[in-house]
Amino acid sequence: MIHWFTFRARITTYRVTKGSVLRARNVSQDLYRDSPLTFLPLTLQTPLTTYYLPLSVLLAHIQGGEATGLLNGLRHPVSGLDHIVAMVAVGLWGAQLGPPAMWLLPVTFPMVMAFGGMVGLMGLALPGIEIGIAVSAIILGVMVGWEARPPVWLAAVIVGFFAIFHGHAHGAELPAGADAVLYSIGFVVATGCLHAAGIGIGLIHRWPVGKVMLRATGVAVALVGVCFLWQAVA
Amino acid sequence: MRSRLMWMLASVLVWASCPGQANAHLVNSGLGPFYDGITHLLVTPGDVLAVIALALLGGLGGKSFGRVVLFVLPGAWLAGALAGRMIAVSAGVPVVSAALLIVLGALVAADRRLPLAFMAVVALTCGLLNGWFNGAGLAAAGSSGLAAAGIACAVFVIVALLAGQAAALEKKWTRTGVRVIGSWIGAIGLLMLGWAAR
Repeated sequence: MIHWFTFRARITTYRVTKGSVLRARNVSQDLYRDSPLTFLPLTLQTPLTTYYLPLSVLLAHIQGGEATGLLNGLRHPVSGLDHIVAMVAVGLWGAQLGPPAMWLLPVTFPMVMAFGGMVGLMGLALPGIEIGIAVSAIILGVMVGWEARPPVWLAAVIVGFFAIFHGHAHGAELPAGADAVLYSIGFVVATGCLHAAGIGIGLIHRWPVGKVMLRATGVAVALVGVCFLWQAVA
Repeated sequence: MRSRLMWMLASVLVWASCPGQANAHLVNSGLGPFYDGITHLLVTPGDVLAVIALALLGGLGGKSFGRVVLFVLPGAWLAGALAGRMIAVSAGVPVVSAALLIVLGALVAADRRLPLAFMAVVALTCGLLNGWFNGAGLAAAGSSGLAAAGIACAVFVIVALLAGQAAALEKKWTRTGVRVIGSWIGAIGLLMLGWAAR
């Protein structure tokens, strides 16, 4: 990708200095049929390319692992399906329950998950982590599928309880040498975005067909959880 | 054709305005002490998060709370930085920074009505501690006192912008969004505490 951007910039220079748009377009189309920006018109490709060009320069000067920390942090929560389904399910359930649970659950989960992450980082052991993660998908999926409406505090306790397992697993897996602050920012933001995605999907709950689809999604999440539980205990 | 030329011209301008490899990394020469102070804050995520959390906390409380944070925090930050130039920090910076983020994030997430004096004490404590850490670091790096002024000015601007925006929020869901951001900041603080204890 970096090579492509660098080379693309040369074409940009060529275009500007020669002033021949048509010729540059031919060169570009010949050489960059598989470029990631081909779906855009050339007039947009050029400024985008020049904008992104400095990224290669920045990446060449990672100091103290900052860039690695942020990107790893953003990537970590979305790197495993078990985490993804559980976190999206939290958003689905929140959307199903409506306010204030819609916001309370996604607030509760990252904070308790971070607590679990802190425990994991400290090296304190927690038994049955994989089983706990799998059961979280099952329980949350069942809640969505069943359209359960417990009191808000109970829903928060359920979500918070399982968040500890997810957080501990993340904390214990964190790579050495990554920048702590940036990694944590990326990690929490990615988790929050997964919840937001769940809430966004869960908004279909306002339509009758959407309600059925949402409950079906909950059942699917629970089934995925059963698969993970099978893997965990097998 | 004309729009195409305009696009090309815009591309050239964007490209020309992008700093070169050496200019983007003024590690040795710096930008001058005052601007070094500004950039020091902006490239230190832990400090920026604390400022953001305090600004949001002040803004959620209303105009009077926002004004308290606006004037107390930069002043305390500057005083702490000047003190830090004389008194070095021995240890515990990551733990204290993480603890501050946890407290501030939790306060924003809770969105409870706080006494004005409490708000002032929180801003004062946060400013003095973070300023002290900054000042000690700047002294160790050989930066002049102007850098501390740069940091304080950057803090003032960030607080003014964010607290003003937060104070103007009226719809419930927008306040809830701010509370979610607060919970994220608290969560980041918890993780940082774990990193510090690792």
